[in-house]
This record gives sequence, C-alpha cells and structure tokens, in this order.
Amino acid sequence: MAMVESNAEGLRRDGRLERLRLFGLSSPALLMVLVILVIPVGWLFYVSFIGADGQFSLENYERMIKRKSYARIFMTTFQVSLLTTGLCIVIGYPLAYFLSQLPNRLANLLMITVLLPFWTSLLVRTYAWLVLLQKKGLVNDWAISLGLWDEPIKIVHNMTGTLIGMVHIMLPFLILPVYSAMKAIDKDYLKAASNLGASPRRAFWTVFFPLSTPGLFAGSLMVFVLCLGFFVTPAVLGGGKVIMVSMKIVSNIELFVNWGAASALGVVLLVITMAILWIASRFVNLAAMTGGGH
Amino acid sequence: MSQDPSSALPITVRNVTKTYGAVHALDDVSLDVKSGEFLTLLGPSGSGKTTLLMVLAGFTRPDTGSLKFGEAEMIRTAPHLRDVGMVFQNYALFPHMTVAGNVGYPLRLRRVPKAEAAERVERALDTVQLGGYGERRIDQLSGGQKQRVALARSIVFEPRILLMDEPLSALDKKLRDRMQIELRHLHEKLGMTTVYVTHDQREALTMSDRIAVVNHGRIMQLATPQQLYDYPANRFVADFIGDSTFVPVTRSGDEVIYGDRPLAYTGALPDAASLVLMVRPERLRIAAQGGAEGANLFEGTASEVVYQGDSYLMYARLADGSEISLRGTIRGGTVANLPKAGDPVTLALDAADTVLIDGGET
Repeated sequence: MAMVESNAEGLRRDGRLERLRLFGLSSPALLMVLVILVIPVGWLFYVSFIGADGQFSLENYERMIKRKSYARIFMTTFQVSLLTTGLCIVIGYPLAYFLSQLPNRLANLLMITVLLPFWTSLLVRTYAWLVLLQKKGLVNDWAISLGLWDEPIKIVHNMTGTLIGMVHIMLPFLILPVYSAMKAIDKDYLKAASNLGASPRRAFWTVFFPLSTPGLFAGSLMVFVLCLGFFVTPAVLGGGKVIMVSMKIVSNIELFVNWGAASALGVVLLVITMAILWIASRFVNLAAMTGGGH
Repeated sequence: MSQDPSSALPITVRNVTKTYGAVHALDDVSLDVKSGEFLTLLGPSGSGKTTLLMVLAGFTRPDTGSLKFGEAEMIRTAPHLRDVGMVFQNYALFPHMTVAGNVGYPLRLRRVPKAEAAERVERALDTVQLGGYGERRIDQLSGGQKQRVALARSIVFEPRILLMDEPLSALDKKLRDRMQIELRHLHEKLGMTTVYVTHDQREALTMSDRIAVVNHGRIMQLATPQQLYDYPANRFVADFIGDSTFVPVTRSGDEVIYGDRPLAYTGALPDAASLVLMVRPERLRIAAQGGAEGANLFEGTASEVVYQGDSYLMYARLADGSEISLRGTIRGGTVANLPKAGDPVTLALDAADTVLIDGGET
C-alpha cells in the first residue's frame, strides 16, 4: 500500500513538472505576442485618450462624432469595401467554379494566373493600373480605337479607378477559399441530385451553391476586412477623391502631427473590424454546423 | 408505399461496350433484368460491375450499345430524366439538408404539393423504420441510419427501377447481415426492378433472385444463387463464389477418370476437352471405415487441421499432389476424433456433389 501511495505522489509531481515544462516551451511565443501585439495595441488605446494638452481626454472621439467629414470618411470606407467585396464575388465565384471543374493539372496551371499577381508587389500593381487607366493610357487608347467610346474618359483618380485596383488586388483572397470549398464538394452529391431528377441547373442551385457558401462567406469576409484598412491603392488610384479611414490616419500624422486623433481612428477601425469578425464568426459556425464545406 | 409489381419495368441491355484507352471496362455486355427481379452484379473490383450500373443510371456514356427500360430506349437519355432510384456507396446524403429535406428532395423537384410530399416523406421514413427522424441533421445519424435515409430518398418518388451500388459496404458485419434481410423484404414489398452491385458473394447469395458474375467487363455467368453455387459455368465463377479447390481429372468420352478410377457423377458434363473436379469443402467428408456407398473416395494425408469454433477446416494433400480442404461441423466428441497433421485420411464426395467444370482459364 505504501508503495502505491508513493507512486501516486511521484506521478503527480511528474504531471506538474510536465505542465511547467510545456509552459516554458510556449513562453517565447507568448512573449512575442505581448511585445508585438498587446503592448502596441495597448499603447494605441492609451494615446487615443490623450488630448492636445497631454492630459486624459475624450476630445479625439468627440471630434469624430461632431465633424461631418469623419462620418463621410467612414461611409466611403464601407462603400468601397462593400463594392469591392461585391465585385470580387461576381468575378471570383464563377472563376473559382470554372477552376474547380477542370482536371487537376489544368486547374493548377491556371491557378498560377491567379497567384502570380498575388505574389507581385502591391505597389507595382497599383502603379501599373495608374499607367493603364490614365487619360492617354492603354485602356483609353484601345477603347477609342475599338470604337467603344470617342473621347478619353476618366477612369482613374476617382472611385472607378479605386475599385478596379482594389478588386484586382483582393480577388485571390476570395478565389482561394471559394475554390478550396468547391474542391471539397463530393461529386456524388451532384450525381445524387441528378439521379433524383434535378436538371444540371437545379442541381447547381440546390446542392452545389449551398455547399460552397461557407467558402464564399469566408472569402468575402476576408476581402471586406482587408478593404476596411486598405491604404495604398485608394491613395494612388483615388486621386484624393476617395478618402478612406487609413488615409485620414496618415494625414492626421503627416500633416497635423496629431497622434491622438490618428490613434482614435485606429481604435475605431479596430473595434469595427473585431465586431464584424465576431458577428461573422457566429454565422461561420452556423454554416459549419449545417455541414457545408470545410 | 406498396406498388403494383406490374408497374415495375424490365431492363434490356444489348451489346454495351465501354473502353477506357485499351481497357475494356464493359465488353459487349448483354443482359435482361426481368420486371420486378432482384438482380445482383457480382464481381471483383475493376470487373466492370460498377461501370455497368453507372451506364444504367446514365452517369457513364458507353461507346456503343442499347439500353431499354420497358420499351423505351434510354441509352442517350440524361440521368435526371431516367426516373430510376439509386443508392450510392457513400449514401451521398446532402449535408445541408435535414433527413426530411433529403427524402423530400426528389418530390420538390417533381413539384409534389407540400402536404402530400410531407406525407410521402413520412411514409418512406416509416418504410425504412426511421419514422420521426425527419428533423435530424445528417451528421447526427449513424451509418446504418444514413443507409436507410438514402434508401428512403431513392424510393420516395416511386421509381420503377432501383439501383444500388454496394450500399452495405460501409456497415459493420452484424448490421450488414440484418440490412440484407431488410432490403430483401423491402424489395418483396415494393416490387421494383432492382439491380444491386456488390463484391461480397455472401451478400449476393443471400439477397438475389439471380446473380450476374462479372469479370473483365463481361458476364461470366447469369444464374440463380443455387445454380451458381452448385453448378458454376467456369473456373472463375467456381473460384469466386464460395471456397473451392480443384482436382485435375482426365476425360475420356463420358467417363471422367481420377487416378485410375472413374468418378461417379450425376450432372451433365460441360462441353470441354479438359475438365477439373470442383470440391466444395463443406460437401466433402471424412469417410467412415469401410467406405461409403456410391461416393467417390480420395486418399491423402492430412496436412493441417484448424479449429474454428462452429466448424473445423482440414487441409489434405492427395496422392496426385493436389491440395483440397474439408469443412466439418463440430459436435461433442468431434474434436477428439479429428485426424492429426500427417495422418492418412480417406475423403468421400457423393456423386451428386461431384461437379465437373471446364478446366480452361477464362
């Protein structure tokens, strides 16, 4: 009996030691999170509550509510994000469907055409669009010589140009999750639907599309959230007419050296993004519960 | 749910060929499935049995041939217009619909009024003993329940032909045994012409009116389970169905000689120059002292005796060098009296169980 008891104590000690050792192993990661995430974000919150006089104040937030320009900036940000997401769905979903139905080797080859721009510098692509879309650019030249329109039209330095650039940059973020969700759909589901009397069109809308929605949802969410904080493309292609939150943050720092105002904008953007993710995560869970995709 | 069996349709397959590159998945297959019959396509994997089923369902387009349901030519009809029920190997239940959603799916496509559809769904679920499961999600079901839902979904629109692609292969053995009997009863009740694919010979023997043994894209034999087991048409069928061992014999006219003695047999001889004797282990017995009346006797040496609970299995080497096996039931005292490895044994096979088949390879 004594033997058994001493073993129990030893085993307990071993268990405690093991937990300690595991904690020791994960401490570098925890430290990293603390240094590069918790402290900066905490600092951001702190600075956002410091007024011009260096004292605690809510003035940075009050300004956001009082001034109409801020409301407009938030509206623009949501408008651009929503439109970009919508256009990405309209272009990306059929493309992902097309890729998912091809034989694997061809699909992988064509996937490179999606990934190659994805791997190219954001700045390079944005400036490339600027060159293509300007008044004497390739797009206007070709359109005129094809007779699509007579005069060079303004398709850059405005909302149109911003959207063209944003959609091009965001498209892979939508296509990849949608494609992988579509690849995971067992072909037997469509055979079963067909066997039970569904025309190819009915089978698509009643079986394939619902099963692909978790991927579509994940992709759309990713695009939308990335759009909310986007800076380079609207700054270059918007020509100062499309002002998003990120651009206001930059101007607050560079023009007005107002760190408090910039931080407050950052906090609001962060809170909105978190709220959207939190709400969306409930729907994502719901989608997983109904069994669609992965 | 019960149907007039006369509404079932016969299936006529004529000269269907399907090649993948140089491989003949189906090699000039012709087959008649009678109205209301339960016919099983039995064969090893890659034999073409599933390809044939997919041709019936419309998912595989053959190179040539004809397929009729009743009088109607179907070979070029799209799968969704064929109106045949099918149970898939992995069930293919839609994960984004409930049980009732799945079973009601074919009715929604056919624009059956809601109230009637709900009633038919419930009746179909009752038929497969899943009454009241309508609101369950698919991932809440066990394998056996999924199988039943898949079955309910394939019969709810009262197709006149039902196809099943190894529907029981994912179930454990006990459940599989029970489902075999249930499917059989269901078939008797609904009366639809059924084509069933399996690689499990016991399943085929248990359930079928007739079995078509398929190999290399051809039908090797089409017969009732008993005919198939007792009088296989060739060596492949004899080997594939049941355990059998083969003993070389020589033919001289109507006489069949093993060693130096003619064999007594009752059946007809196949039309072949070279014959082999097919020995089913359970038809062979250890001869009592003095021999048995009218039975063929084989002398040999026991090489191994295996105890298997309900029966024993004895392997013996005959004088000509061929190995045969014998299965016997075990009762009190049997085990103590069994020969040991190395003992000489005399084995008896009744004339009625002496089956001679074409010795050529197919």
